[in-house]
Amino acid sequence: MTTIVFFEPDGTRREVEANPGESLMEVAVRHGVEGVDADCGGVCACATCHGHIDPAFFGRLLAMNDTEDAMLELVEDQRAANSRLLCQIQVGPELDGIVIKLPGVRR
Amino acid sequence: MPHFDVLIVGGGQAGAYAAIQLRQQGFVGTVAIAGRENELPYERPPLSKEYLLGDKEWERLLIRPASFWQEKAIALLLGLEVTAVQPTARQVTMNDGSSLGYGKLIWATGGEPRRLACPGTDLKGVHVVRTRAHADAILGQLSDVSRAVIVGGGYIGLEAAAVLRKLGKEVTLLEALPRVLARVAGEDVSSFYEAEHRAQGVDLRTSAAISAVEGLDRVSGVRLADGSLIECQMVIVGIGIIPSVEPLLAAGIKGENGIEVDDFCRTSDENIYAIGDCAAQANRFAGGAVLRVESVQNANDQAACAVKAILGEAQSYAAIPWFWSNQYDLKLQTVGISSGYDAAILRGDCAARCFSVLYLKAGRLIAVDAINATRDYVQARKLIEEWAMIAPEDLVDTSRPLKDLPRL
Ligand SMILES: Cc1cc2nc3c(=O)[nH]c(=O)nc-3n(C[C@H](O)[C@H](O)[C@H](O)COP(=O)(O)OP(=O)(O)OC[C@H]3O[C@@H](n4cnc5c(N)ncnc54)[C@H](O)[C@@H]3O)c2cc1C
Ligand code: FES
Repeated sequence: MTTIVFFEPDGTRREVEANPGESLMEVAVRHGVEGVDADCGGVCACATCHGHIDPAFFGRLLAMNDTEDAMLELVEDQRAANSRLLCQIQVGPELDGIVIKLPGVRR
Repeated sequence: MPHFDVLIVGGGQAGAYAAIQLRQQGFVGTVAIAGRENELPYERPPLSKEYLLGDKEWERLLIRPASFWQEKAIALLLGLEVTAVQPTARQVTMNDGSSLGYGKLIWATGGEPRRLACPGTDLKGVHVVRTRAHADAILGQLSDVSRAVIVGGGYIGLEAAAVLRKLGKEVTLLEALPRVLARVAGEDVSSFYEAEHRAQGVDLRTSAAISAVEGLDRVSGVRLADGSLIECQMVIVGIGIIPSVEPLLAAGIKGENGIEVDDFCRTSDENIYAIGDCAAQANRFAGGAVLRVESVQNANDQAACAVKAILGEAQSYAAIPWFWSNQYDLKLQTVGISSGYDAAILRGDCAARCFSVLYLKAGRLIAVDAINATRDYVQARKLIEEWAMIAPEDLVDTSRPLKDLPRL
């Protein structure tokens, strides 16, 4: 089992279990974690799955592609050096214990 | 009679998101969703894409897991259709004869796929794609199909064509108008997609007129007005939707092609809201024209708008329309509304399969179609929100990002 820790926009800590092969977005949605809307269902077209990744893990993730980097411009005001779109990150055992802060979706 | 403080009719994208937003915004009253489909709320876009292809299993389409609705105390009354609304009594009647009372009603019923108006459309093997049941019916038949005809060159038809080609089927796509995507995109985009589909082996025919779907019990072919017959074992019709609004219209709520709503998604009855594909609203990105926008973006943003109004924090709807469509390895992203454009500027190289088309009206950027060009899509979104004016000769200059171009 891989444990993922999300901090919802209001600061609530949610520790949840991930299944291998799921994306971090899917883990959040499946557990009803607040702050991930996933409008596009994970095809990197909405940026409503934005999270700030635990710096200790950030460098271990596969680098983001151009599309994701471009999509992150949509949330520029919430973007940080450790920003990622969670639908683009596949869960594996190496992510056990990762902490993700969710800045929240603005509408 | 059960009573809910907020009763949502339709458990699709907009209805589900309205319920999610109510709880997220701290609403503590009773909430129910009455939905005709006997399914937990799910996303429709994959029905013509990954789900049809077999790339994404059903559970991954769910908007939230079953436990979520329980934890949030959102009652799901599934398999029930609302057949009548009594606005004065604030109650609705269901197809099982029961009634529900409401404080506020949110109408989020989407639409019914438009059917072909020619003989033979009720033959076995003639499909539409709006629901899981529709997609499953197609999937259930696919192994017996070598040739399929797709009717309609909109996004859904084109996506279905791409999937069926990937699955090795012979595909003919029939579009009644002179070009595909005619209602939503400019000519450059249409001709690009026509060429792509043809290169992928789709027999794509525009200005095609169908006189009948033929077959005994099952479809065996599609007869065109010129007398020719296209043999096939399956027909998929993707020619738009008709909004599901009869019960509200019958109750005297204003509307025609969709239920008319104000800037706060409120109908002509102050206790009834309408959101998503079935709602017609003045859109500031279409010069204030009243229209129905059929997209996940619009469903979610209107849901959030209606919820704010119900919670007494009304804010005018101002969300910019955006949309995506994935076909083959092409990622189309659209932002703004292009209708009424007077100039379309091609930025980038169609042959490189990475370009965007920028639509201008009176010199201002109103919409963009970006194909494998996410950065243009993202940056154009901000420019459209600002009604930016940029010189056409600058817009074509791909050596500079859109956001760095000088404004006039
Ligand atoms: C195949 C397909 C692909 C798509 N691809 C994209 C895409 O790539 N990007 C994008 O942005 N959008 C896409 N869309 C559009 C998007 O899915 C819709 O805009 C969105 O689902 C609209 O949400 P809605 O809640 O208004 O309607 P729906 O999601 O259709 O939900 C309406 C629900 O109400 C129920 N209902 C109807 N009448 C009643 C009644 N009287 N009583 C009770 N229940 C009722 C219906 O059965 C349905 O379950 C696609 C749609 C389809 C069908
Ligand atoms: S879910 Fe849409 S970009 Fe991640």
